[in-house]
Amino acid sequence: MSTRQTRTAARLMMSPAVVLLLGWMIIPLSMTIYFSFLRYNLLMPGTEEWAGLMNYRFFLTDPAFFSAMGNTLLLVGGVLTITVLGGIALGLLLDQPFFGQGIVRILVIAPFFVMPTVSALVWKNMFMNPVNGLFAHAAKFLGMQPYDFLAVSPLFSIILIVAWQWLPFSTLILLTALQSLDSEQKEASEMDGAGPVSQFIHIVLPHLSRAITVVILIQTIFLLSVFAEILVTTNGGPGYASTNITYLVYAQSLLQFDVGGGSAGGIVAVILANIVAIFLMRMIGKNLEV
Amino acid sequence: MKLLVRILVGACALVLTVSPAFAETLTIATVNNGDMIRMQKLADDFIAKNPGIELEWVTLEENALRQKVTTDIATKGGQYDVMTIGTYEVPIWAKQGWLVPLDDLGENYDVDDLLPAIRGGLSIDGTLYASPFYGESSMVMYRTDLMEKAGLTMPDAPTWEFIADAARKMTDKGNEIYGICLRGKAGWGENMAFLTATSNSFGARWFDENWTPQFDQPEWKDTLDFYVNLMNDAGPPGASSNGFNENLALFQTGKCGMWIDATVAASFVTDPADSTVADKVGFALAPDNGLGKRGNWLWAWSLAIPAGTEKADAAKAFVVWATSKTYLDLVASEEGWASVPPGTRTSLYENPAYLEAAPFAAMTLQSINSADPTQPTVKPVPYVGVQFVAIPEFQGIATATGQQFAAALAGNMTVDQALQNAQQITVREMTKAGYIK
Amino acid sequence: MARATSIQRRWMITIAAWSVGLLIFFPIFWTILTSFKTEAEAIASPPSLFAFEWTLENYGEVQERSNYFRHFMNSVVISLGSTLLGLIIAVPAAWAMAFSPTPRTKDVLMWMLSTKMLPPVGVLIPIYLMFRDTGLLDTRTGLVIVLTLINLPIIVWMLYTYFKEIPGEILEASRMDGATLRDEIIHVLTPMAVPGIASTLLLNVILSWNEAFWTLNLTAAKAAPLTAFIASYSSPEGLFYAKLSAASTMAIAPILIMGWFSQKQLVRGLTFGAVK
Repeated sequence: MSTRQTRTAARLMMSPAVVLLLGWMIIPLSMTIYFSFLRYNLLMPGTEEWAGLMNYRFFLTDPAFFSAMGNTLLLVGGVLTITVLGGIALGLLLDQPFFGQGIVRILVIAPFFVMPTVSALVWKNMFMNPVNGLFAHAAKFLGMQPYDFLAVSPLFSIILIVAWQWLPFSTLILLTALQSLDSEQKEASEMDGAGPVSQFIHIVLPHLSRAITVVILIQTIFLLSVFAEILVTTNGGPGYASTNITYLVYAQSLLQFDVGGGSAGGIVAVILANIVAIFLMRMIGKNLEV
Repeated sequence: MKLLVRILVGACALVLTVSPAFAETLTIATVNNGDMIRMQKLADDFIAKNPGIELEWVTLEENALRQKVTTDIATKGGQYDVMTIGTYEVPIWAKQGWLVPLDDLGENYDVDDLLPAIRGGLSIDGTLYASPFYGESSMVMYRTDLMEKAGLTMPDAPTWEFIADAARKMTDKGNEIYGICLRGKAGWGENMAFLTATSNSFGARWFDENWTPQFDQPEWKDTLDFYVNLMNDAGPPGASSNGFNENLALFQTGKCGMWIDATVAASFVTDPADSTVADKVGFALAPDNGLGKRGNWLWAWSLAIPAGTEKADAAKAFVVWATSKTYLDLVASEEGWASVPPGTRTSLYENPAYLEAAPFAAMTLQSINSADPTQPTVKPVPYVGVQFVAIPEFQGIATATGQQFAAALAGNMTVDQALQNAQQITVREMTKAGYIK
Repeated sequence: MARATSIQRRWMITIAAWSVGLLIFFPIFWTILTSFKTEAEAIASPPSLFAFEWTLENYGEVQERSNYFRHFMNSVVISLGSTLLGLIIAVPAAWAMAFSPTPRTKDVLMWMLSTKMLPPVGVLIPIYLMFRDTGLLDTRTGLVIVLTLINLPIIVWMLYTYFKEIPGEILEASRMDGATLRDEIIHVLTPMAVPGIASTLLLNVILSWNEAFWTLNLTAAKAAPLTAFIASYSSPEGLFYAKLSAASTMAIAPILIMGWFSQKQLVRGLTFGAVK
């Protein structure tokens, strides 16, 4: 269908987006690579000097680095698990006919509109605070000791907050996918005497697989760089218990103002993100004929 | 044609006489602490007195603000004309030539009225580089009713032993009364400010004369053991995420028996509008261990002018307005003497109206005067600063070690483990920065 | 009999769905409710649900301290501006990818998405220096540019998946009728593409509205949007739950209302081609 002419036109139409993104990627990235080989602290101008691989050596041997890698994976994995499973369950529930569907759907998608900073502040202060938070009030009411969420299980608490924000997104996509499921197909399998469980496994789940991949892809992109929630709630602590790679790079470059070290960390983070990206793309490529 | 020109010229002249000067806009970066918010509310007075100057405010939480102004001044971004910074930044930035010297603020400013300890912390070689907005040390604030109930009397200068004993006796967890509230939230300006100041009274120090980190020394272990045990027995739940503001809320709602923190808090906890315990608060000096140093710090939030600004004169006019004696009078007439920003001027502590309205005034002054940034520790050190070490690397190092100590407080690791990690972090960073060869 | 059970079932599902919906919405509800309490009531134990004295003083105090309207306008301009600019750049690109695919189209698309995985902190200092030199610091223009670039991959991808669903036969049929490329775009494709573009626009406005790293770090006073507004309430002195709630409500209300009104359009296109 495409002639040479349309192909040229297509290339022209694509070029602004491609050129802009290339520029956005290459210019700051090459500056970052350059900085990562310097001893460069923002607070001591004029003392920049070539440092070779020193910044990389320090970043990679930092005990915080491996905790941060683990935490990043746990955070992404945890949120994905909750939102995908929760999204399927919610999708199945909301797909049934019931009274007030429109309103319930509005209630469910609402968290998606809330700024990450706001949601972290609200959860931290008004819910998880062990003295004045609502969970503490509830625990006291039930005669239990208030649980100190952010100190005792910081990463889990952050996963909870982030999952709350992303659950609406996965629910919506999965619900839309469910709604497109052919009802004839469903009825046919019911005639064959398939129970709800086997129906779910053999018909619904395969149908959802594409939607699930999309949820995973989009969310991973955003979850790899979760930052505001950590900054507001725990500042990465206690210890390194809730430091992810993004936060670690932030601490290097904006708490210590060590541009060299922060840049090296940034480059390492870019490489790691690309590994994840390649892995994801493989998965998507199989499941999603783009 | 000529007529047209004449009309145009006339019109221009008219316009010029109507608006005599170009309106200059000052961008002021400040922290969202109570005193600064009050300054923002009262700024109409400045605008009325200085026609032609308009103000833009950037009011942010402390850490966000510090990050933004530091990035801006270090890259010479030039976004701000007046910045709110502390005693930690001033000497470092002034040495880099980033700040406009404030040696010509005029007669009304009365530079000699500034408290010597505060002025010293904001000067380099006798030149003032930032004008103090409020100054603070730290002291003990305690509930007189609970102290009485525990059968104890708070001395004016308590020891750590007394504090620990009193805290345990005052604690009544069933009724949500916790004997002592201390900072636990990780950060160089949060738990590390408290712990560093406390460690001074235990005889500890950050570095020896050769910049070797000292967390492997017994004094630090004593400090941290004492702190963690005390907080486990008598502290509130969730202490490892409590900073100044969180503890203030706890104390104001009557949940703390004692609280050792910034002297500025005194005016908040005794303010009946916000505090449920306003009439039951007593004050004492920060505790000691008989080693000659008390566990109190010294800090002054100050207004400074970045060297790059083209509006230095207008900025100076603002700095003078906000930090002079007339500003104190203005606050007093609008909100009462107890609300004036404390800890900067000798004359304030000689003002009978203030002394009467502020029962904490004498203790605040005594605390500020007893802090000595140039000789903060029992053993000699190569650095300046009571609750900080005035080197650029300190923020990062202390925030990282603060995380370790917060983890020890939360029970996620032992005190020994936390100290070992802190030592390792500090050695690494100091090596990287070239202090340790 | 069957009818009775089906009605019973419907009621059970109704109860279950409403419970889950209310549970998920509860934090937002609670924030809005707390914003009308006094500070003392905001931390009262046990907390009261409705039996308290309603007050607007928190909103007054927040408004007195920060110029809400300016932050709001900045948010509107920045999120709409970056979305529109993004669409102008992305529509042709997505169009070309969908209708004249080459073997490399997929790689280009995946590469675009992978640029979104770069951690922004890693490049903050270079961007800050570039903005300083071009005078873009603390300007709406600067933020529009940055937000356009960071959201461009998502826009391209969403539009691409949407355009792909437009059947090619329609194009061919219209070409047979002698339609020019221009007619084709205006009369045949645009009507079909509008829902997809609309939901892309909505999603992108939400993402830009909530973006908190660049908007906070590249602004001071003039261009600071609502993310900066909320940052000045993140740890005020003493009791602050009610004030925090009021500020939070003010920051999220516009986007929440917009989202609710447009949820149908948003949902329709949020599929990323996941529905076959």
